[in-house]
Amino acid sequence: METPLTQHIQPGRGPLSLKEFENAGGFKGLHKALREMKPADVIFTVKGSNLMGRGGAGFPTGVKWGLVPQEAAGSGMKYLIANADEMEPGTFKDRYLLEGNPHQLIAGMIIAAYAIQAQKAYIFIRWAYKKAEAILRKAIAEAYEAGYLGENILGTGFNLDLYVHSSAGRYICGEESALINSLEGKRGIPRAKPPFPATSGLFGQPSVVNNVETLSWISHIIENGPQWFLDLSATGEGGTKLYGVSGRVKNPGLWELPMGTTVREIIEGYAGGMQDGYKLRGIIPGGASTDFLVESHLDIPMDYASVRSAGSRLGTGTMIILDDKTCPVKFVHNLIKFFADESCGWCTPCREGLPWAQKILESFEQGTAQPEDIGILEHLTRYMGPGNTFCAHAPGAMEPLQSGLKYFRDDFDRHINEKRCPWR
Amino acid sequence: MLSNHEREEILEETRLYPYPGAACIDALKIVQHHRGWISDEAIEDIAAELELSAAEVDSVATFYTRIYRKPVGRNVILVCDSPTCMIMGSESVYQYISDKLSIRFGETSADDRFTLLPITCLGDCDHAPALMINDDLHNNLTLGHIDEILEKYR
Repeated sequence: METPLTQHIQPGRGPLSLKEFENAGGFKGLHKALREMKPADVIFTVKGSNLMGRGGAGFPTGVKWGLVPQEAAGSGMKYLIANADEMEPGTFKDRYLLEGNPHQLIAGMIIAAYAIQAQKAYIFIRWAYKKAEAILRKAIAEAYEAGYLGENILGTGFNLDLYVHSSAGRYICGEESALINSLEGKRGIPRAKPPFPATSGLFGQPSVVNNVETLSWISHIIENGPQWFLDLSATGEGGTKLYGVSGRVKNPGLWELPMGTTVREIIEGYAGGMQDGYKLRGIIPGGASTDFLVESHLDIPMDYASVRSAGSRLGTGTMIILDDKTCPVKFVHNLIKFFADESCGWCTPCREGLPWAQKILESFEQGTAQPEDIGILEHLTRYMGPGNTFCAHAPGAMEPLQSGLKYFRDDFDRHINEKRCPWR
Repeated sequence: MLSNHEREEILEETRLYPYPGAACIDALKIVQHHRGWISDEAIEDIAAELELSAAEVDSVATFYTRIYRKPVGRNVILVCDSPTCMIMGSESVYQYISDKLSIRFGETSADDRFTLLPITCLGDCDHAPALMINDDLHNNLTLGHIDEILEKYR
């Protein structure tokens, strides 16, 4: 089984130096792109691979790049931004790539910047990722020294500067337009779209924001071609995926597996199944903002289309397991409290609605919830659903709430009837 | 007034952007690094340096969770309160630290040694429960070795 993204990552050993990465053939895709391909050819190849954004939304990467005006560099500034603001509860995949193979990300960013003809690139990294930040800064310095960054890269006349920006907190900065505002030194509030960042992004210039895992793929796809990438997956969506499992399983962790590996294989095969004395009750498949899956979904493939048809989203592909000794209402309350805390406050439904939902959930835990509170929560899931808010934050929050009410309704009812949390 | 060190470090960051104001968050982090927190005076200092109004700088400072507009202790403990850590026992970790230091979330110990705050998912869920103290990540926590961890921070 091929594991292109993680093949050079070994636990207990630091990342490859630039020289080691180069000797392992890590820059082949970069040489090929800059020396043999036109920017439009790079975009065409990535489009052909069907690489979909690995940050959670799954937007086709090549299509995103194709929306950027194609004028050559020099006719006005364009920007590329790596979104390394990993903060989705339950998600720990980008940290692994940042700490484990920084040059893979940098090589991908140089190719991506060449494709859209960006002259400046930023890595927007979460403040808490101190080790990753130090590793990245060192790797970038190596890349400048070796002539992979700066002026006239590889003698091709292409120029690129790459900077690291360490954030100051707030989940919303993972949303690409909020990230752009934050990178401009402002409050991290999402922007109205259109215009999309591809035409008016950072500092009002055409910009592309891509996730770390997405960008880490680019040099591999250029080197080996789109068909190779498509053949890696189990179900045709292309590539491998970093899947993670956390919670009461025997062996929590992260694995690079063919896209479309089944939920069961990941949880039972790789994560070792549930710890003794614990039963599986629910699965949050890809971060806090994805609907619950339950036991009957164990045999679905973890790819975008299959998880969507099961009523959820692949998201980041890192699952949180809800066990039978954790109160589902408390679990949902934890998620909604997180979203309420992290609402940027810009639009009213999210700013007011999320704390309202949180207070109701708290009343369930305290045993003071009333029968009509179920209906109010259900109303709120629609009120803050897609299309009613400024960005995807509140609709994302509603996903585990609406599916929690669906799958764990009996547990909600018990809190009302028994006037207490049955798990306490 | 900004110290020479602060000014130099801020200037370094402004070079990464087309205009000085874009370095506002970097500047807040730099000044906080030197002074421990962001006072009203610090807001004024940064505003003057970056050609922004004090209100603009304050609006940014109060938005971000890792910018402290109140004094904090010499060490800041950030306990992850995300779902995986909750399942794996973060509440008892919090309770243990809270009892030991006699402070709750948002408070600073009487000797100014520790401030205790909650933090969103630290991205270390396969080693839950986790917490950060200052820049250091501590994971696979058990109540048995929390004392030992705290001892490292004076």
